[in-house]
Amino acid sequence: MSTTTKPVNQKAWFLILPMLLCVAFSAILPLMVVVNYSVQDIISPERRVFVGTEWFAAIMRDEELHGALLRQITYSFAVLAVELPLGILLALSMPAKGWKSSAALVIVSLSLLIPWNVVGTIWQIFGRTDIGLMGAALQGMGIEYSYTGNALHAWLTVLLMDVWHWTPLVALLGYAGLRSIPDAYYQAASIDGASKLDVFWYVQLPKMRGVLMIAVLLRFMDSFMIYTEPFVLTGGGPGNSTTFLSQFLTQKAVGQFDLGPAAAFSLIYFLIILLMCFVLYNWMQRVGTQAKEAGHE
Amino acid sequence: MARIELDLAHAYRPNPQQDSDYALLPLKMTFEDGGAYALLGPSGCGKTTLLNIMSGLVMPSQGGVKFDGQAVTQRSPQQRNIAQVFQFPVIYDTMTVAENLAFPLRNRKWPADQIKQRVGVIAEMLEMSGQLNQRASNLAADAKQKISLGRGLVRPDVSAVLFDEPLTVIDPHLKWQLRRKLKQIHHELKLTLIYVTHDQVEALTFAEQVVVMTRGRAVQVGSAADLFERPSHTFVGHFIGSPGMNFLAGRSNGSAFETAGATLPLAAGAELPSGDYKLGVRPEYVSLATANAPGALPMEVRQVQDVGTHVILSAVREGVLVKARLAPDSTQLQVGDTAWLQVMGSHTCFYKNEEIVA
Repeated sequence: MSTTTKPVNQKAWFLILPMLLCVAFSAILPLMVVVNYSVQDIISPERRVFVGTEWFAAIMRDEELHGALLRQITYSFAVLAVELPLGILLALSMPAKGWKSSAALVIVSLSLLIPWNVVGTIWQIFGRTDIGLMGAALQGMGIEYSYTGNALHAWLTVLLMDVWHWTPLVALLGYAGLRSIPDAYYQAASIDGASKLDVFWYVQLPKMRGVLMIAVLLRFMDSFMIYTEPFVLTGGGPGNSTTFLSQFLTQKAVGQFDLGPAAAFSLIYFLIILLMCFVLYNWMQRVGTQAKEAGHE
Repeated sequence: MARIELDLAHAYRPNPQQDSDYALLPLKMTFEDGGAYALLGPSGCGKTTLLNIMSGLVMPSQGGVKFDGQAVTQRSPQQRNIAQVFQFPVIYDTMTVAENLAFPLRNRKWPADQIKQRVGVIAEMLEMSGQLNQRASNLAADAKQKISLGRGLVRPDVSAVLFDEPLTVIDPHLKWQLRRKLKQIHHELKLTLIYVTHDQVEALTFAEQVVVMTRGRAVQVGSAADLFERPSHTFVGHFIGSPGMNFLAGRSNGSAFETAGATLPLAAGAELPSGDYKLGVRPEYVSLATANAPGALPMEVRQVQDVGTHVILSAVREGVLVKARLAPDSTQLQVGDTAWLQVMGSHTCFYKNEEIVA
């Protein structure tokens, strides 16, 4: 073993100072304001009381929050469960080259260009039973469809809206992943006698892993923070059946002006998203990499 | 295993009009069962196209392919029972080394115990037995390529194994080993192996028969010795050997060959009708001659290169360059000296329209 030691120079830390400043102004300082609110009861600008973790304790016991959190988790996983397979299927069926592929790309990505609140408005009209195509059609089929009156219908409509809006993102990412697979892989698979399903399972899906991971994280984070579309479409109702976390938070902070509990919850919300992304990312990094079949040991 | 007969032409664009439209000009060729062949040529000469036509990845635009006398032109690689190894390693990321090697057998519904045994044999041959349970995606490029080779060799009943420049990504010293390994495998498994490469050393050491290709044409099929001794096309002369064959343009008057302002009498018994020819002689067969020896040219020495095992002498006369490969220390010649170089001899060939005539 050589005994030479690397020279140590800690001055390099100064180089990250500008970056640290930027992050401080854009993220850490605003976050600290929220932290500040979350540990005080601010009665008026002159009168404030330090309450410690009281808001955190109170918000954690809030029944409404529990309901919203549960709805949120169910919703986000439903979004992933529908959009991911659908997006992959869409990517697989898109033409690979020529003008058809360009046309398909444009058509598929159209819905991504529409602003959130416009999407909400579109679906609000689309689902109306008097003039909306979907609402009227369902009505015509004998289904008592009402996204304003029926909790399940409202929830499904919000889900369908998100699927319509964001599946193309998964499809585009998957398409990019598919196009990056060299032809030799398909040729080799064909020579090895692999079926179409084998090609998908052993070539396409593993090669798409990277982009699909991005798709899952993006879709998870986005759907976990969804606000505008359900707000425009259902306003969180009927009852609170489509009140998700961010709307719950807005009601607390802006509606009821409960800044302390709202700040405490903001922090918890942030930590939940961080935790979920961490777990999802690590799980996906590992899935499929340790799968070993018996018989070849 | 199968005898492969080709009688075809291929163009990637529809309605080919002239030779340059063709990726492969009309050719007729037979690969015998159990032989080791190499397709040798520079990039873009059509050798990979030819290989892909044999494997069934590309459909020839004219003519067809026969395996053991049966037309297989319309059949897929799977139906032809071909194995092919590509230039860059193709492995299945989610599988272990053993699963990768077993994949072609598993898809053909082999019983598990036979698969295991066969995978063991191949892994042993490739010296990968210790890595069978590792995940293939974590291995280095050369190990991955060995897996690709293994997947090509794992089926004992294939019609042929086709290699498309499989050693490109491999380190030189390992290349040497793997090439020997492939040759050894050929002896053990008696498979028909067809090997595409642009490296003449690789082709000549691996194959019993080498097909030299240029611009969509197979210009010569022969053993390493054939290609060296009597290149049937000037391209083969250029391409094989280092340095390549010397060519001297000139004309014959029936009994002597006039070139570079000198007249060289033909060897006794040799016949060459009057006309324009190119004289071809390998640097290995050009020797130093005494002054005014018949069949020797007086030339001005331009360069003397000592490469250790031999000396390469370049000399010029009237714009014609001749290189000679001489034993070390056999010459005291300096740049600017006049050297008499023997270009006429038993190994001298004559070419008309780039094709050999005598």
